[in-house]
Parts: sequence; structure tokens; C-alpha cells
Amino acid sequence: MTTVADAPDQTPSAGTGSTALDLILRFRALGLLLALAALIVITASVNPRFLGAQSIRDLLFAAAVTVLLAAGMTVVVLTRGIDLSVGSTLGLSAYLTATALSSGTPVPLALLVGIGAGAACGAVNGAIVHFGKVPPLVATLGTLYVFRGIVYFTAGGSRVNASDLPRGFLDFGSGAVLGVPYLFIISALVLAAVAVFLSDYRAGRDLYALGSNPEAARQTGLPAGRRLMTAYVLCGALAGLGGVLYAARFGTVDASAGYGMELNIVAAVVVGGVAIFGGSGTVLGAGLGALLLTVISNALPVLRIDQFWQQAIVGALILAAIALDRLVGLRAARALRRKASHVD
Amino acid sequence: MWTRFRSSGALRSLATWDAAIIAATVLFLLIAAQSVEHFGTARNAGHLVIDLAPVLLLALVMTLIVMTGEIDLSVASTVGLTSAAMGVMWNAGVSLETIMPLAVLLGAVLGAVNGLFITGFGLPSLAVTIGTLALYRGLSYVLLGDTAVADWPRNFTGWTLGTIGESGIPNLLIPMAILAAAFAVLLHATTWGRSIYAAGANPIAAAYSGVAVRRLKFWLYVGSGAMAGLVGVLWTLRYSSARADNAYGLELTVVAVVLLGGVSIFGGKGALPGVLAAVVLLTAVQNALRLAHVSTEALTVVTGSLLIVAVLAPNLISSAGEALRARRRRTA
Repeated sequence: MTTVADAPDQTPSAGTGSTALDLILRFRALGLLLALAALIVITASVNPRFLGAQSIRDLLFAAAVTVLLAAGMTVVVLTRGIDLSVGSTLGLSAYLTATALSSGTPVPLALLVGIGAGAACGAVNGAIVHFGKVPPLVATLGTLYVFRGIVYFTAGGSRVNASDLPRGFLDFGSGAVLGVPYLFIISALVLAAVAVFLSDYRAGRDLYALGSNPEAARQTGLPAGRRLMTAYVLCGALAGLGGVLYAARFGTVDASAGYGMELNIVAAVVVGGVAIFGGSGTVLGAGLGALLLTVISNALPVLRIDQFWQQAIVGALILAAIALDRLVGLRAARALRRKASHVD
Repeated sequence: MWTRFRSSGALRSLATWDAAIIAATVLFLLIAAQSVEHFGTARNAGHLVIDLAPVLLLALVMTLIVMTGEIDLSVASTVGLTSAAMGVMWNAGVSLETIMPLAVLLGAVLGAVNGLFITGFGLPSLAVTIGTLALYRGLSYVLLGDTAVADWPRNFTGWTLGTIGESGIPNLLIPMAILAAAFAVLLHATTWGRSIYAAGANPIAAAYSGVAVRRLKFWLYVGSGAMAGLVGVLWTLRYSSARADNAYGLELTVVAVVLLGGVSIFGGKGALPGVLAAVVLLTAVQNALRLAHVSTEALTVVTGSLLIVAVLAPNLISSAGEALRARRRRTA
């Protein structure tokens, strides 16, 4: 199924062979945009203030971290992996960054601390997966708890308050230009960079190859170990950057920062059309998926739906998305078979 | 057949893993009884049995599921949802005698939903059960919000914590032992049990030799859900509280003990005695750490590390063995 579904990724301009598939796959981004538009129109018709400048700014604030982590998760999922430890990584990075800042470390250095902590977490995941040959699910389910435990160890019951952080850092965290928060701009730029990396760079294309057929990819001499490490370190580093943004946005950081966030991120990526078995999907789709989830959670109170529904909706969306992927995959396979029989 | 299986090369390493985990468990119990205050008391042993009941019951079915090469990450959420549903029914005035079978039935239905998505639509169990992990937990919040239902009848809640007469043996021990024995017999001594190994080791070969792999897996998920429903009943009565966040995160512990017990995450390999030992080991470690006043957060580090080590260690051992053999070949 995956090998069929990612055919267009490997032959982007193969003309006749892939146009039908291209359409179906592009349909996912189109479908997401339609769903977003429908949701926004309905919510805005209930309460027009949903489209007000303040409301949109809140939305983009909330989306900034999710989009960033979804971009990192995409890179890992493309290789047939998964990183369930992103929430804990974010928590660790947010706490270390905030602690560093509160003890007078200059902002650029604290930024490096946060990203570095995230990259280190990612390196641990990558090493366990690649060298230890532990399935990514098990490895990162384990480190989810290990990393979170480390945060609790270092933080104990204490927390870093907004008043301990430098003024400029917090101003940046709550600042916006033309109504778009700086934090969201950072996320969007990173997303674009990852998109370019995945589509135009050799290392990025290798990740698709590794995900769609690991055996074949190794046979062609692709440096599988290095690529896997790159994917996990990148995912960890982005979660680390997410921790810095989290600290900048909230100011107050305790040991529970980012708790349980991994579910939303996996949901965003899967809803965004990245195949859970690797090799297929785009970071743009994952970004749209993250945006959709954020809009849903911001629309719930406006639509007077109990906030308790949010997690149930996330779960239902994951199920719907993978079922849809399967359906699209089956249709594509059938279409390919028909085409093949014409050639004969 | 079992003896022949055991002597085959692939399973010999596993038999030693089984033996190792059982030995480690016994060793740990002995050391902890000596060095941790209050650990070795009969009273604490009783608590230990009650504490390990949920993990043990869930691990029995999870072992079979992992053995077929699948996974069920939604078990803890199923426990939470059945517990929340019990709370709603109790508030509506339904009698507990009616609620308990309904809770198990609800669990079975939730498991059947997993089974349908996985075997009916052919979707990966990992993705499906991450979805239902969120969905079922979300639905329990929809049912109960952040409230708790706590006015359960004393005679029921007391039974879950009580002992048989004056003996000090927990009431729960007997049903737990019966269920564990039943699953061991089912897995190791029946055709159905052996077909689980076959389905996990090579699903295509199993299908050609007459194992209805998809039907087998479907019913395993139904069983997993029903067991989670039973644990939901137990959890609610034991803590005398129906809450939406009951058993939150318990799936990690269940998967950890199954893998620590020597069941291969890729399916087809493993045995129940190792898993039972792992359940005792993990619960005893947590119990001892708690008695030694180590914070509950530190416990998550232990569980997480054990989960990784459980899979890492056999891999490292086998690759070290391979390297050794390769060197021997070179020198020969």
C-alpha cells in the first residue's frame, strides 16, 4: 500500500503515470483546506468575533508550537518511525531554557541550551532505534517516561515564573507584527525550511526511500544509519525549539510543560496525510493538520461544545484519517492495476 | 510438541530469558525483603498482590496480542471509559449487580471496535489503538468531566481489599491465579494457543495451514476489551472512585511487562511464565521504591528504562553473539 501511495513522490513529473494519483494525494491538502474553511465559516457565523484580530492572534499563538513539532514528527514518521517522546522533550527543553534564562544566561545561549537539549533527546532516541534495533514505538514510549522523569528530577515541585525571565524574551514571546505573532513566523519559516529539505535535498529524499522500502534503500548504498539519526535529531531539536517558544509564550514553566502533547502531534501528522507506515506525505500537509486541530480546539468554546470533547475528537480524527488513507491507497492500487492491464 | 519446540535453537535463548527474569524476580524479592523496611511483611505482600492485579489481568491478554505481532495501546483508556460509564450508570440508579456485567460487555464492544478497524479494514494496530487511546479517554471525559463518583457500596469495595478469613491471603489472589492458569493452559497446551504462535511467527504460513488469522486477532481484541472492562470494575471498586482519568498511562506498564517477560514485539515468540514474573518484578520494584520514599515521578523513569532495556538487551546479546561467531570464523 505504501509503495503505491508514494509513487508520485519519487517520480514527481512522470506525466501520464502519476496524474491520477497526484490528484488524489493533492486532494488531501485540498480536503484539509476545505475542512478548515468550513469550520471557520460555521464558527464565525455563530460568533463573528471568531474572525477578529485578537482571536486570530490567539489561534496562531496556539498553533505555533504544534506546527513546529508536527514538522519534526513528519520527518521521523516518513522513515517508518514515530517519536512519542516529543512532549517530554519539549518539557525538558522548556524547563532548562527557563532555568538558564532566570539565572542570567543571555538569550542566544539559552536558545542553544533548549535546542541542544532537544537534539540530545533526539540523538538518544535515534541511537536506541538504530544501534539497539528497538522498534521506534517501544523506544520512544520508554523515553517519553524517562525524559519526563528527568524533568521531574531536576525541577522537583519548583517552577520558573514569568517574573524571573528577561523582559525582552517575554516581549518577543507575546509580540506580533501585522497581527501575526513572531512565534508563528518562526514556526512557518522552520516548516518551509523542512519542506525544502525534504523535497530538494538528497538527505531529505533518502528519508522517503528509507520509509517506503528500507531493504531496497540499504541495497542502493544509502547511509541508513546516518539518515535515521538525522531524522530523530532533527525531530528532537525542533521539539527543543518548541520548548523555547513555549517558555517565551507562557513565561511560567513547571515540570509538566507539554504533558500529553504527543497525541496531538501524532494526530496532526496523520490527519495531514503522512502515512504512518512511512514513505509518503508532506510537511505542508502535517502543518495544515496541526492548524486544523488548533482551529477545532479554539472553535469548541465558541460553538458552546464542552471542552472535554476535544480529546475524543482528536481520537476520532486519527481513526478517520488512517481509514481514509487506506481507502485512497486501495483505489490507487486498483487504478494502477487497470492501467497496467491496458499496457498489456 | 512443547518439548520439541523448546529444544529448537530459536527458543532455547528464550527459555533462558524466561529463567533469567524469574531468577531476577526471586532475587529482587529476597534483597528487598532484607533491605527495605516493611517490604517483607505479610501486610505488604497482601498490598502487593492487590496492586499488581490490574497489570496482571491486562498483561494476560496483551501477551497473546503481542504474540500475534499486533499491539493494543488503548487498554488503559478502555479501563477509564468503562469506569466512567459505571459512574454514570450508578448515578442513574442502576444496581451494581447489573452494572458489573454491563461494564465488561462495554469493554468487549470497545475491543471489537479496535478489532474491526484492524482486521476488517486492514489498518495498522499501532495507529488504530493510538486513535482509540485518545478517543476512549476523551469519551470518558465527556461522560464524567472532572468529577468523581465515590459512593460505592462498602461490601463491594471492601471485598477488593479484603482477605480470606483471617489468613491474610487477599480475596483477589484466587481469581487472579485461576485466570493466569487458564491463560497459561490456553496458550501453551491448546491448538488455539499454538495457532497464536503460528499467526505471529508467519501469518501467511499460518493462514495456509488453516489458521483463520484475522478471526483469531479480532477475538483477541474483543478479549482485550472485555478484560479491560473487568479491570475497570476492579479499579473503580478498589479505589472506590469512578473517574475519567482512572488507569491513565497504564498501557505503558502493561506493554513493558509483556516485553520484559520475553515476548518479542515482532510476534511469534514468548511464554506466559516470563510475563507473570515480569509483572511481579515491576510491581515489586515500584512498591519497594515507594516504601523507600522515592518520589512517584522517579518510578516513571524506572518503568520507561525497563521497557527499553527489555527490548534492547536481547538485541545486544544476540548481536554480540553474532560478532563472536564471526570472529571465531575468521580465526578458524
